[in-house]
Amino acid sequence: MIYAGEDQDDVDMQTLMAQYQVFDDQAGEAGVLIGGNALEAVSTATSVRLRGGQSELIDGPFAETKEQLGGYYLLECKDLDEALGWAAKIPSERYGTIEVRPVMVFED
Amino acid sequence: MKDCLARIFRAESGQVLASLACFSRDLQLAEDALQDASEQGSKKWPEHGVPENPSAWLHLEAKRKLIDKLRQQHTQQSQQKLQLIEQSLYMQSDSTAETDYEVPDERLRLIFTCCHPALNEVAQVVLTLRTLCGLDVREIARAYLTSETTIGQRITRAKKKIRDAGISYEVAKAEQLRFRLPSVLKVIYLIYNESYSAFEGQTLTRQDLANEAIRLSLLMVKLIPTSEVFGLAALMLFHDARRSSRSSLTDPYIPLEQQNRNLWDQAKIEQANAFIHQALKYQERGSYKIQAAISALHSGAKSWCATDWPQIQLLYMSLLQLHPSPVVALNLAIAMANGGQLSKPMKML
Repeated sequence: MIYAGEDQDDVDMQTLMAQYQVFDDQAGEAGVLIGGNALEAVSTATSVRLRGGQSELIDGPFAETKEQLGGYYLLECKDLDEALGWAAKIPSERYGTIEVRPVMVFED
Repeated sequence: MKDCLARIFRAESGQVLASLACFSRDLQLAEDALQDASEQGSKKWPEHGVPENPSAWLHLEAKRKLIDKLRQQHTQQSQQKLQLIEQSLYMQSDSTAETDYEVPDERLRLIFTCCHPALNEVAQVVLTLRTLCGLDVREIARAYLTSETTIGQRITRAKKKIRDAGISYEVAKAEQLRFRLPSVLKVIYLIYNESYSAFEGQTLTRQDLANEAIRLSLLMVKLIPTSEVFGLAALMLFHDARRSSRSSLTDPYIPLEQQNRNLWDQAKIEQANAFIHQALKYQERGSYKIQAAISALHSGAKSWCATDWPQIQLLYMSLLQLHPSPVVALNLAIAMANGGQLSKPMKML
């Protein structure tokens, strides 16, 4: 999960996109890239919750924070070290934070 | 009998756990299996006598218990693990290799797991003491002056993170070693330093913690002989050699200047000197190595006055460059003052 302030990019949008393309290509070639998306700005966020039996709509994100979830990758890695290795290659690591978490597996 | 079992347990648990964890990829399950085996020993041994090779017995019995536990899980993953461990059991009995289970890299794997930077530092220390040194929760709690519940929770949380976050049971790869080795060495050094602050009169004495740290450090020397690994082992041995001169019945702390140098353990100093010579063969600078070199000069000096202060001054300068800190700066000033320079240190302070 890629967290960063929305105005924190240290290069122009085009350069950043090119850098992300390089990451996509590398992860794709290595066969670890399963999916991922960039998310629209937090200004587009609408939150919904049920309180006291009433559905509430809130114009805005779940929490007002300096850094927001800007996108995510789904990578298939053999262990945390491999995942951290790929996380460190994500361009936004330079100014934001990449949080690595496993997908929960439900055994039946 | 009880003491015998406890001693064997302490000496062997690190290795047994390392081996079981490599199969089960689950430290909790490995620990439960070892616990069961040890309980069985405490029931069986008083009746049937201590087995000829008690450590081999513990290894084998713990493996059997782990197999039982994996069988109960009925998952696809546990079936794969079962196959691996059963194979290893057959191989062991075929080659009568029951006594020949010295597989040092299993412990090495476990220490890298316990000291993974994805765990917080306290968790790393506590988990290392529990799994690799075989200390129980009560002993660790006493050493760190906190409750058993707190330590227990920390250990449980750390083991859960290892399992759920996918921290591997593997030695860091060569390209990661640069990032991973420091946290392993730091944990060992923290355990050693804790031996200074641990209170007297506890189950776990200062010397116990120091011994565990040195034991781990010697293991590292055997398994990853590199500059800072040699440096840390030398540093701790130099400090340990001076232990009995550092306090007396009347004085809880005697500074280096006033210590009775005849009390220093020359055998330990010799061993430390051998390690520092190994460390100096490497070009790279490292803080353990530099601190060990400073300790080597102190240990080799006939008296406080006869100490090689100019050389110590240079080493502190080098350390200050590498890790700027007020404590290092203060030590540098002291070394300069003792070397006969007074105006400069005053300015520095």
